Amino acid sequence: MKASSRALLRPSLLLLALVLALLPLAMPNNYVIDVAVRIALAAIAAIGLNLLMGFAGQISIGHAAFVAIGAYGSGIVTARFGWPALPAIGAAAVGAALVAWLIAKPILRLKGHSLTMATLGLGVIVNIVLINEVAWTGGPDGMPVPPLAVAGFAFAKVLHWYALAAVLLWLAVLLSLNLYESPAGRALRGLNGSEVAARVMGVDVARFKVRAFVVSAVFAAVSGSLTAHYLGFISPSLAAFTHSVELATMVVLGGMASTFGALLGAALLTALPQLLGGLHGYEMVFFGLVLMLTMMFLPKGLVPTLALRLRRKG
Amino acid sequence: MLEVKNLSKSFGGVHAMQDVSFSVRAGSVHSVIGPNGAGKTTLFNLISGVYEPTRGEILLDGENVAGMAPDRLARRGMSRTFQNLQVCMNMTACENVMLGAHLHTPSSLLGGMTGATRRADAALREEALRLIDYVGVGRHAHAHATQLSFGLLKRLEIARALASRPRLLLLDEPAAGLNDTETHEITELIRSIAASGVTVLLVEHDMKLVMNISDHLLVLDYGRKLAEGTAAEVRANPQVIAAYLGTEAEASA
Repeated sequence: MKASSRALLRPSLLLLALVLALLPLAMPNNYVIDVAVRIALAAIAAIGLNLLMGFAGQISIGHAAFVAIGAYGSGIVTARFGWPALPAIGAAAVGAALVAWLIAKPILRLKGHSLTMATLGLGVIVNIVLINEVAWTGGPDGMPVPPLAVAGFAFAKVLHWYALAAVLLWLAVLLSLNLYESPAGRALRGLNGSEVAARVMGVDVARFKVRAFVVSAVFAAVSGSLTAHYLGFISPSLAAFTHSVELATMVVLGGMASTFGALLGAALLTALPQLLGGLHGYEMVFFGLVLMLTMMFLPKGLVPTLALRLRRKG
Repeated sequence: MLEVKNLSKSFGGVHAMQDVSFSVRAGSVHSVIGPNGAGKTTLFNLISGVYEPTRGEILLDGENVAGMAPDRLARRGMSRTFQNLQVCMNMTACENVMLGAHLHTPSSLLGGMTGATRRADAALREEALRLIDYVGVGRHAHAHATQLSFGLLKRLEIARALASRPRLLLLDEPAAGLNDTETHEITELIRSIAASGVTVLLVEHDMKLVMNISDHLLVLDYGRKLAEGTAAEVRANPQVIAAYLGTEAEASA
């Protein structure tokens, strides 16, 4: 008990809690709060993807598929079957975990970039299914999703949503930071650093990759479910390749294996297009450019690079 | 404790290892020597499960473990270091050694995320720090692996291998690239590890080191067993002398 309470007292987590709590005071209007909610929801998916890409070094370029599975899973069972939101979100997360497990289990026994290719394929398949299964998904036009209500409390105001998203984001950061310093986290980072060394030390490499993939899919699904209830409307573009690249760019820009990096990457890539007044079909160009420039000038990503600079100065 | 029978490995048409048999007694320091390209590292990769043998048996405590994955061998008490270093450069020195103790601590992802493994982890850290100290990298325990010199990384790999609490430790050229002082220190370290009851299988080029600490030697040449025996026996073996003089003559030509 003592040890886990000490974990909550980590300065970075306290600081994050403080910032998240005080941020609404500095936000002038609902528009800005809306952007903050979107950032927090995207960051949950990015932090999850970072467990796979940053920790374990396995690249997924189809992760939007799991966001979409979360969004549509939760949307369909609430809208078409009348489920309450909470079990719907849970069921969607379980569904995403199952899909991830079914894909990763056979693929990760193979070597090389097979997982990356499989995730690319998954993204394409989910996108097509969402477009074609009109009766369930509304097809290319998308579908409405009922607003979120938990135990009679309706999340009607954007500030309600901010509170919910902030709490969940903080939890995601906590889980990720905990994992980083745990045996499982070291096994993942170790197999990324040297796969042969990790194996010689007894790490069942394939099993750990599968687990990281499943956990990252659950983060993505929860983010997707909440996004669906927040926006009240979803479309197949959630599973689009552009969205997958956006998520991967968040992780790379923020810094591989850095939890706060994924958060910062999500914030920048969500807020910048808003500031620029929308990208109007040039999303791919923007994300591609960010990826290229990061690789060229900040190969470690923003947060690790900044941390290194500060350490050298101090 | 380890018995190798008729071990062979070919890559395409190249016979990297042909019909090699030998056995390692528990508690001994057993060295594998031979000219460059004799198949020493291939032998290590076969025993540690990195390569799958084409033919032959590898018996660990009587169980045939030929072709068994390295992580399963680790469960059976085998660990190794690498000639060309396989330190995880994305982690600190201490984290690398803690990775070595992977099998001796609960390692579920869920436990890690919820912080449930935190208490066990603290004990692991203590043990890792003790081992880092033991191999002489104590001052750099919390440094990032990228900040350590080659010599320190070699020791760090030994500490990581020890953290897995092996009964059989394979050391792949632990003194390669080290200066005289460092080589002397590594020799003492290996001696101390062997004295603690760990069986050591050693590949090494430095003859002084090998002759100093080995109970038993295996000489390989062109993937075949050339000779074996105690240091004195091997030194007096005419075939071994010929193989080594031959290499030297070629090298100077």
